[in-house]
Amino acid sequence: MFPDDQEEEQVEQNGFVTWLDERTGIRELSHEALDEPIPGGARWAYVFGSGLLYILLSQIVTGVFLAMYYVASADHAHATVNYIIKQVSGGSFVRSLHSYGSSAMVVTLILHLAQTYFWGSYKGKREILWLSGLTLFGLVISMAFTGYLLPWDQKAYFATAVGTNIASEVPLVGEWLKLLMRGGSEMGTLTLSRFFVAHVFLIPAGIFAFVGLHVYLFRKAGSAGPMDADPIEPEMETEQFYPRQVIYDIIFATILIGFLGVLSYLMPMELGPKANPADTQFLPRPEWYYLPIFQWLKYWNGPMVIVGIIIIPLVIIGLLAGLPFYDRGEERRPWMRPIASFSFLLVLGGLVFLGWQSGDDDANDPAVIKQITKQNEQTEKFMKAPFEPEISGATLAAQNVALLDPLATKGKKLYADNSCDGCHGENGEGTDSGPELKGIGSKLDQVALAKLLREPTKKMTDGDMDPVEVPDDEMNALIAYLNSLK
Amino acid sequence: MNELRPFPSPTNEEEEFEGGDLKRRTFLGWLLSGGTLTIGALLSIPLVRFAIYPLTTKTTETIWSDLGAVDEFESVTAPVKKVITITQIDGWRKIISEKSVYVDRNEAGDLKVLSAICPHLGCSTRWDEVSTNFFCPCHNGKFAQSGQLVSGPPPRGMDELESRITEGRLEVHYQLFRQLIKTKEILA
Repeated sequence: MFPDDQEEEQVEQNGFVTWLDERTGIRELSHEALDEPIPGGARWAYVFGSGLLYILLSQIVTGVFLAMYYVASADHAHATVNYIIKQVSGGSFVRSLHSYGSSAMVVTLILHLAQTYFWGSYKGKREILWLSGLTLFGLVISMAFTGYLLPWDQKAYFATAVGTNIASEVPLVGEWLKLLMRGGSEMGTLTLSRFFVAHVFLIPAGIFAFVGLHVYLFRKAGSAGPMDADPIEPEMETEQFYPRQVIYDIIFATILIGFLGVLSYLMPMELGPKANPADTQFLPRPEWYYLPIFQWLKYWNGPMVIVGIIIIPLVIIGLLAGLPFYDRGEERRPWMRPIASFSFLLVLGGLVFLGWQSGDDDANDPAVIKQITKQNEQTEKFMKAPFEPEISGATLAAQNVALLDPLATKGKKLYADNSCDGCHGENGEGTDSGPELKGIGSKLDQVALAKLLREPTKKMTDGDMDPVEVPDDEMNALIAYLNSLK
Repeated sequence: MNELRPFPSPTNEEEEFEGGDLKRRTFLGWLLSGGTLTIGALLSIPLVRFAIYPLTTKTTETIWSDLGAVDEFESVTAPVKKVITITQIDGWRKIISEKSVYVDRNEAGDLKVLSAICPHLGCSTRWDEVSTNFFCPCHNGKFAQSGQLVSGPPPRGMDELESRITEGRLEVHYQLFRQLIKTKEILA
């Protein structure tokens, strides 16, 4: 267009880049990052790995923002999530993006795994790379599991109750494992704290470490290239990562995140009513990616349970993890390794079938349909209800006095009428002018307390405490109120 | 090695490698960074709105507390103590507290509401029917029925609160005022 202008700009830019390069070594860094050779050239098939990095980035950012309002306590978690989605600008969108992001992560992870598997890209000195990838798979699944509880609504609570119960089926350490996860024998606020710490500190630390290792090992081994290439020495024409593969990757990530954005905007993630552990009717259903496991567990009962939930999954995981160790042939094309390809499709098909079966079971059980419909209606109702701030516990305690003991209520009125609150605080919490009265009932008995009020000590009168001159019945009421202060 | 697809680099770009390819790479670099920045900026809109939400909500919203039906105060000749419930919204929680006020009539015969908090150090004043004075037990501050300072250390008279009558009910806008100063200054 304007060749002269562009020429000039380039010189200018190079000047700046040179300045920056001398101080940071940015040219070598970007050469390292962008000029990685891809044997056989850029392909759409290779976009899943960087797609995962983009979703991870989105999860980190939305997660950090959500933490700005979220409180990890059984008392407040639900109220804060409700506040986020009903009050905070863009709150429902950010939360939905984070929530749908977890599903997108699982889907893209399966695609990434399938691509690596069918392309035979785990071959050729890539054992550790493969294992680090499988570890990341486990970490991402754990993120989904721990994150699910955090909103503390009915389905979160009951799905996690079931999930942690499953852990107790593990032989020998099962019961202990369940206690460790729950922070006690029952689900409660300690469970929520543990899940929060795992979701926000522990597992992310693992993910960062393993993503670093995974990317480093990938660069070390190099791109494996098309499925007909030699995995170690491809002997093919190469194309640099930048620009074509970068463009493919960015297009994929943009479509993916754009799709999540549209979904979050049009169909925001719902929040159900607050968890009610006393509810015996609630039918928990896990997130879609856990449905196959959920269904699988239905088939195993009694002593055979150990086969179903421990032995078979362990064998499958072991076979998958050991793949690059025992499948050492150089052949990579999936149609030339029918056993490997068939096994993968069998497991994947099995999982899809189980998931479908789970939905089908529910759809054919009138009692289940009725209960699920009821639950959905409760969720709809809750979503439509306006936001109601949570009443702060401390003030609630003061109000509850009225409900518990009429004598104490009368005493509270006397306490205010005699201006006791002026120095000792509205609820006996104490002020600069007078000490706290909470717990005084446990230090002094009724008689001693009445005597002290009628005849304050010198220390008390020095602090402007007047003798309380009231009839006996009023004194009793006042003491009843003082005793209620805890 | 049966189907190696060629990709657009060999012939025509080699010729203009020095000028063309580098320029193409730079151009694509700008395009990509520009695109990425645009997408990033778009995505950050909801995030920024999310983060600054508390700043955009009104915090100085006037909250009126109910004192009861006006008829109730028909025969008021001396200050009547009333306890009102104040609700403060703090993010996702609601703090409920109780405050005492006195309802009385001014010279013109209209209802008025006084805060029971002594402007000296914040103790609660009490109405003494015998001496027809408000009395603060902490440091013996004395106020007339109108709220004017009579004697004692308080720097000013009792603070009158904004009140109104809506649909036959007396309502008060409860506020706290700075203590120990001569003028009535609202505490934020």
